[in-house]
Amino acid sequence: MTNILVCIKRVPDSSGEVVLTDDQQGVDGRYVGFTVSNHESCAVELAVRTVEATGGTVTLLTVGSPEAAEQLRDTLALGCNAAVLVEAEPARLGPADVAREIAHVVREKEATGTTYDLVLLGNDAADSGDFQVGIRLAHALGRPVVNGVSTFEAADGNLTARGDGPDGEETYSLPLPAVATVLEGGAEPRYPTLRGRMAAKKVEIETRALSAEPAGANRVRLLLPPPAPSAVEVLGEGPEAAKAVADLFERLGVTR
Amino acid sequence: MAEVPPQAKCVVIGSGIVGNSLVHHLARLGWRDIVQIDKGPLPNPGGSTGHASNFIFPVDHSREITDLTLDSMRQYKELGVFTESGGFEIARTEERMEELRRRMSSAKARGIESQLVDPAFVKEKVPFIEADQFIGAFWTPSVGVVDSLRAGTIMRDGAIASGALTSVPNVEVVGLDVEDGRIRRVRTNKGDIEAEYVVIACGVWSPRIGDMAGISIPLTPAVHQMISVGPCPQLSGLPGEINFPIVRDMDTFCYERQHGADMEVGSYAHRAILHEPEDIPSIEQSKLSPTELPFTSDDFDPQLEQAYELMPELLGAEGAEIRYAINGLLSLTCDGNPILGESQVKGLWTAAAVWIKEGPGVGRAVAEWMTHGHSEIDVSGADIARFYPHQMRREHTRLRTTESFIKTYGIIHPAEQYESDRGQRLSPMHESEKKLGAAFFEAVGWERPQWYESNADLLEVYGDRVMPREHEWDSRWWSPIINAEHLRMREAAGVIDLTAFAIFDITGPGALDAVQHTCVAQCDVPVGKVIYTPVLDHKGGFRSDLTVMRLGEDHFRVVTGGAHGMADKKWFADQLGDGASLEDLTDRISTIGLWGPRARDILSQLTGADVSHEGFKFLSCREIDLDGIPVLASRISYVGELGWELYVSFDQAAAVWDKLLATGTPYGVRPVGIGVYVTTARIEKGYRAFGHELDGERTIVEAGMQRPKVKTADFIGKEAYLEQRAGEPAAVLCTLAVDDHTSASGVKRYMLGGEPITTRSGEALVDGHGHHPYVTAAGSAPSLGKHLLMAYLPPEQARVGNELAVSYMEECYPVTVISNDATPPFDPGNERIR
Amino acid sequence: MILVLVETENGAASEISLETLAFARSLAAEGGGIAVRAVVVGAVEDRDALAAELGAYGAAEVHQAVGEGFASYAGAAWAAALQAIRESTRSVVVTAAGSPRGNEVLAHLAARLNVPMAANVVAFHGLAPFVVTRQVVGGAALEEMRLDQRPAVFSVAGHAWTASPVAGASPATWVETTPEVAESDLVARVVATGTKAVDHSGSLKSAKVVVGAGRGAGGADGFGAVAELAELLGGAVGVSRVVTSLGWRPHHEQVGQTGSRISPDLYVPCGISGAIQHWAGCASSKTILAINTDPEAPMMTKANYAVVGDMHEVLPAIIEELKSRGVTG
Repeated sequence: MTNILVCIKRVPDSSGEVVLTDDQQGVDGRYVGFTVSNHESCAVELAVRTVEATGGTVTLLTVGSPEAAEQLRDTLALGCNAAVLVEAEPARLGPADVAREIAHVVREKEATGTTYDLVLLGNDAADSGDFQVGIRLAHALGRPVVNGVSTFEAADGNLTARGDGPDGEETYSLPLPAVATVLEGGAEPRYPTLRGRMAAKKVEIETRALSAEPAGANRVRLLLPPPAPSAVEVLGEGPEAAKAVADLFERLGVTR
Repeated sequence: MAEVPPQAKCVVIGSGIVGNSLVHHLARLGWRDIVQIDKGPLPNPGGSTGHASNFIFPVDHSREITDLTLDSMRQYKELGVFTESGGFEIARTEERMEELRRRMSSAKARGIESQLVDPAFVKEKVPFIEADQFIGAFWTPSVGVVDSLRAGTIMRDGAIASGALTSVPNVEVVGLDVEDGRIRRVRTNKGDIEAEYVVIACGVWSPRIGDMAGISIPLTPAVHQMISVGPCPQLSGLPGEINFPIVRDMDTFCYERQHGADMEVGSYAHRAILHEPEDIPSIEQSKLSPTELPFTSDDFDPQLEQAYELMPELLGAEGAEIRYAINGLLSLTCDGNPILGESQVKGLWTAAAVWIKEGPGVGRAVAEWMTHGHSEIDVSGADIARFYPHQMRREHTRLRTTESFIKTYGIIHPAEQYESDRGQRLSPMHESEKKLGAAFFEAVGWERPQWYESNADLLEVYGDRVMPREHEWDSRWWSPIINAEHLRMREAAGVIDLTAFAIFDITGPGALDAVQHTCVAQCDVPVGKVIYTPVLDHKGGFRSDLTVMRLGEDHFRVVTGGAHGMADKKWFADQLGDGASLEDLTDRISTIGLWGPRARDILSQLTGADVSHEGFKFLSCREIDLDGIPVLASRISYVGELGWELYVSFDQAAAVWDKLLATGTPYGVRPVGIGVYVTTARIEKGYRAFGHELDGERTIVEAGMQRPKVKTADFIGKEAYLEQRAGEPAAVLCTLAVDDHTSASGVKRYMLGGEPITTRSGEALVDGHGHHPYVTAAGSAPSLGKHLLMAYLPPEQARVGNELAVSYMEECYPVTVISNDATPPFDPGNERIR
Repeated sequence: MILVLVETENGAASEISLETLAFARSLAAEGGGIAVRAVVVGAVEDRDALAAELGAYGAAEVHQAVGEGFASYAGAAWAAALQAIRESTRSVVVTAAGSPRGNEVLAHLAARLNVPMAANVVAFHGLAPFVVTRQVVGGAALEEMRLDQRPAVFSVAGHAWTASPVAGASPATWVETTPEVAESDLVARVVATGTKAVDHSGSLKSAKVVVGAGRGAGGADGFGAVAELAELLGGAVGVSRVVTSLGWRPHHEQVGQTGSRISPDLYVPCGISGAIQHWAGCASSKTILAINTDPEAPMMTKANYAVVGDMHEVLPAIIEELKSRGVTG
């Protein structure tokens, strides 16, 4: 049995062209909508599979605007049990602030008898790309952390986690409680079911305030890189292009 | 690789279902040198066509929409992209069952096979439905789904292959150049195109493009939510896209439509989510497409449970997930009709606010209209010229569509009034009318008293003669006071506020030619004559019917109904030759009607002018002094009584109104509402009304309105009219009286219009057009003590005394033909008008 | 003093580490010629070669952390080493490649030192205040970020800077250190390393080559050549939404917003116009070769390579050509 806390973040969907807010402090998601990053979707999927297999609970946590309740609900619908929303204006928080707030919730829950054996985060947030919240959280909690995890098993007080390393797949084995950040690719995230969505509606989201004044993100402003010009190279027309295509395949090394 | 040519006969902006069917039909009708452009790629440029649910239920209460839908279905079938699935509209409540019974009337009136069925029937065809969730259903076997993108591609490719069309994707319109009131060119990011005709057919973007030419295309992009749940084992492994009938869950405003292994659940139950056309994202900014906006799950959640209740085993099946969910944008208008036709800018046409079910039909109708000046299917209800300035405001569209969105699957009474954005146009008598307890109904923005509560005392006076209605539906948006006012007018006199009339003057040396050319009746009459005349299109269908007063040698005043006043104005303006100009006086002149046996007594108290029968002849007009106020009086009647229409400037109208009522009191005068004017009085007299009995598909001969002679002067539609006169009509307009109102439950029922007329034994009738007769207007005839219906009957059935039946709420009531021509059922000799 | 954590591959510095060195050199020049020092952790195959290479790319010294704690990778242990060297060298800037390891180790270091960290920096603007520009939103946007505290900790994004050797540079001075590593820093460490698996299973998401087909396939029977080419290249078949909607192919083959997101080395979409929802699923492909009759189709303009033509004619020709060159799958 494992109690897992999965930290998610409301981020603008990144499948369309990025639009910045007028104050250049954030990404405007009004056209594309908001979601959680793929890493976090995988983390949720792995967590739900783990408790389906071995028992336990999956709790969601986010530090964000009241609107982030939408992402908590959407994610609850995938089979999670509870959700915590630490309300904050996202642009005012840096990664250290977020880590401190998560740590605060974990410690307070522990003090009241709820221990999260495993805290999962995405490897990096799809918008701010800080690559550090999980590690700062582990540091604050005094727990070990594994980064870039694709798959894991959590059982009998132990975490076995695997991820891609420079020389091949790496395996970590460590005692729980622990922190892990998940890199997408190890599990295909599920879509919600109708019943999951209906059940998610009934979950009461625990809302909390920030535990401390945030230090901030040191953000000056956001900008957009100049657009890449279309650089398509037409290899030819009709069947006559086959030679050029085969040459290209060879250059790319995909024929071996 | 197609490039934007510098010149074209016609530029069609938009490659959705409307633009594609339009270029197809234009090419078919012989147009060449057509250029079609779209901002997006082909075959799916990213508009509403691309995410449409693509199913078609043919039955609609609107004749125009039904005809366009049936024509579209025919075209989709010809293109090989129609799959018949059948469809149910299910009822969870008795009130809805009643609405479905009413729907049966519309189905029969249009000749569409439909049937009311029990839940077991539905369960047999849709095995995964929970039959205890509803009490009955409306089954239409001809419901089906289409591939609208494929249809568009076939039509577009056909036009290209015929050499008529150049279609260029990825071209953005950046401007429209208008010179001297005519469209000159389309400016795009790939170069300018000089063009004689330009058609805006780009759905939710149309207002933005219209703005470039200074015209208002008052539609709003609105969200329709849809989710796709699957794979459902019950749907998997079956051939094709759809194997089960589509279910419209009318009371929860949802539908369930199979799409391969998925079930699509769509909703019209959520709050109206409207967008500004400027706020639609670009293709690059969008997640899916510009018209597939991020799903807002909170709005949809209530529908999930209702959908689940209806199909728990399917939607809750193992492995069935919500794989796709969007807030799809579609177009809504203030009155629910499309926006078609030529705008105020010559050569600049519109074809917008059209749904998949009407697309190809609209493409054909607009192409015909552009080619011939009229279309086979009358689309005057969708004419862009119908809008008054207050309706062209974004705010109006926003408020009205917010109110109507939830009614998409709603039960809408034919007389139902909007609540939002009222009080836009107030007559000078408005304050007085409020004090009189007027029940205001809206007509193109005008607040018009339908009846006056202050006349409630008359109910006792007339007792059962006011023909009270016991059923709530029949009496909704109705009052027996209307009939009491009617009887008082026939007995003494009534004063009616007719400010909503549209009035425009045609002046100048070319004025006579212009009206002669436009009107059927002889307009070369002495000054001071009033002419009632039909106005025809080139194929001899009705454009309007109205009155013209000759106020001077070179001065004609046209008075027409408010509802189509703007379209009439454009029609007249389009016919003006050299030396004639048109001036709109609608907002400067108020019209007050005074009619009844005591009308002359009352008027003569207020004026020294000779208002005797000889001194002021019927169908004449002249200016008189009414207690110090100059008034143009016209002796005419649409209610079948002696009396006048009094035209008076806005600032003095209230004074005239007050004087008429005060002076008339000893004679028994009462203020009388529009309920009498447009329904009871005119139906007793057999007077025809445009939009009911008269439209572009009807002829003077069918309507029984032909005069002995046809004027020698040429006029629009003359050739067709002469042919119609020479032949036999395919249908004949008749008035019928209901013989017995008693329903099976014992409650007396009163038809409201739209019901099918059948033989006494309930068999369908078919006229020479292949149409089924239906009631064009229904109303009390209190002076006759009858409920009257008007309908076009097959000629062989159009015999006075012929006993037929009307089907109302799925029960048959006996009716008898009482008139088969323009002979009035009441006062057939028109004695009272003298 | 600028410290650069260098990662090695087969005994040599990784390309992105060399880019990071170049970035550090430029920053050092801006700072008036302060020294750039490299750090390597754990065993080194050929110390002289590495010293020469790192020297050539601008490092004055190489600090090698050695000891039991570095026998296998542990992010916290690497950070402990870097922290110790940072202190001994009194470095004011600590940087590393914007690689998984680089970012991880720097995050540990920043947490330990309680200073901010900027990931994936592509440029810097002045020194006081020290403002860097870094990639956010997966590189689709940039952020200007202040790094006021010292040491300034940041990683350098790949391909942001060109790795270029310094003419006539001498090998870096080698300094070996044995930093203390706490037991707690070794709890999360690699206990086993497997070989890199090459997936030719056809699983869409992991396939190195995906051959895609859309409405242009024409029907359920129009996928023969698509499947054959995929097999020849050891790849998988991917399809657009309309194809699964029409029931021509199973849903698990769907690429796009509502299907799989793929990132193969080569994607060959055939008869796919490239609707936005489809593009969302394949945009991370390294190379795209589009085949379509419509040269204006979005997929054709967004692709790296294009062939204008009917997939039913082009694909068989490609298959024949490949077979004639001895490709057998």
